[in-house]
Amino acid sequence: MEWINAIVQGVLLGGLYALFATGLSLMFGVMRFVNIAHGDFIIIAAFAAFTLTSLTGMHPLATLIVVAPVLALAGYANQRLILNRTLGKDILPPLLVTFGMSVVLQNLMLEAFTADSRRLQSGALETASFQVIDGLSIGVLPLLVFLVAVAVIWSLQRVFYGTGVGRLLRATSDDQTTVKLMGANNAHIFAIATAIASFVVAIAGVFLAMRTNFDPSIGPARLLFAFEAVIIGGLGNLWGTLAGGILLGVAQNIGAQIDPGFQVLFGHLVFLAIIAVRPEGLFPRIKA
Amino acid sequence: MLTVSNLDAYYGDFQALFGVDLYVDAGETIAIIGSNGAGKSTLMRTLTGLTPSSGDTIRFDGQVLSGQPAHAIVKAGLAMVPEGRKLFPSLSVEENLLIGANPGRDGLWNLDKVYAMFPVLSERRNNAGTALSGGQQQMVAIGRALMSNPKLLLCDEISLGLAPIIIKDIYTAIPQIKAEGTTIVVVEQDINQALSVADRVYCMQEGRVSLTGRPDALTREEITAAYFGLEKEDA
Repeated sequence: MEWINAIVQGVLLGGLYALFATGLSLMFGVMRFVNIAHGDFIIIAAFAAFTLTSLTGMHPLATLIVVAPVLALAGYANQRLILNRTLGKDILPPLLVTFGMSVVLQNLMLEAFTADSRRLQSGALETASFQVIDGLSIGVLPLLVFLVAVAVIWSLQRVFYGTGVGRLLRATSDDQTTVKLMGANNAHIFAIATAIASFVVAIAGVFLAMRTNFDPSIGPARLLFAFEAVIIGGLGNLWGTLAGGILLGVAQNIGAQIDPGFQVLFGHLVFLAIIAVRPEGLFPRIKA
Repeated sequence: MLTVSNLDAYYGDFQALFGVDLYVDAGETIAIIGSNGAGKSTLMRTLTGLTPSSGDTIRFDGQVLSGQPAHAIVKAGLAMVPEGRKLFPSLSVEENLLIGANPGRDGLWNLDKVYAMFPVLSERRNNAGTALSGGQQQMVAIGRALMSNPKLLLCDEISLGLAPIIIKDIYTAIPQIKAEGTTIVVVEQDINQALSVADRVYCMQEGRVSLTGRPDALTREEITAAYFGLEKEDA
């Protein structure tokens, strides 16, 4: 039963990893752009929610009403004002600029919030759980995170396959030159992709802060988990990203079950095994 | 409607167009012919803003198009069927057509009208665009450009890589499109096909216009000489 429990908790943790990874997957899918500061933006969202709850006493979940749109707008502006200038034939400038952003953001957060470990207190929700069978109980918060991850990916699929904007995003992913002949301004399309990605980053950050402790330095490790989930799932496929997140979560929990020190290592080993056997990931939809 | 004067353009570091002059009047069908590397495609890319141009070398309906980005040029009413069709692989046939309407220009062309002109596309509307035969893909590419209700339609090498019987099919659409009031420029290596639909023809060679006139006023020898760059006495 301990093993089943480890797997079930791993699946639920995978929902959080999928939320980390969705924005990264989306930005890479639309503009072949890897944002090294992605994890730090997740932590920024966590601190934004933390500040809001400290100042106003609002429930952590309620902070999303403010944090998600603000991050989406900031993402749009960041893409139009800074990141678009780094895009071109050379793949290095976006990597260097977002790496620099990652360092700057971590230090700004350190100045503003110190290195203390924080957590968003969500009251009864934090400890609420229900028993499925004897020896297996599920926490309400982890389940909520997982269900939100599924809902986010389902909604994004609806946007991509059911709206004009989604059509433009997919067409841009296919061919950035020809889409201009359809009257699309790439600078604007890219910024829309980053805005949507940042909206999801906000959700990921708030849930991260409710589920675990966080401090200004943990962004890069979240980026790594997000990367692994995207690559395991296959590029350009959001349901694949969810599957990648789940696989990573389960691998980590099985590792932890064997020895608590093995948790992160096991995730990396599964990732390594998958890229060794299927470098394109499990369910790829676009070619790198 | 379209006036190009003394246009230079570059393909990377290489100068591909040298002082090109041409004009297109409303309602005309113009053919631009020339061999591979004559500069036809660079001219098309420059007209649509995919390749930059400077000054006021390109004027369209009283507006200066040179220096404008491609998305603004499409909105001004100039659409292109690109060489190689360039359908979006992850979009269905219908989505490929719908995305053509993105510039949001009002006009006669809509899904129904494109399907009426190319009925086979209606049957295959839910297939992936790139799952179609070459000729059908070309129909999608033409339909997609028409969905923006352009005043001027540029067709870049629409016969390239297609069987002669398919080319004939595709070319029957040109007079239909013209009849709806759209001005058309076709760029072709296939001289006969181009001359059959054109009111006027420009022949390009090594980045320059080497010959221009009405198809019936030009002799075969003149066209061949201009096309292959032979001196008249050699031709």
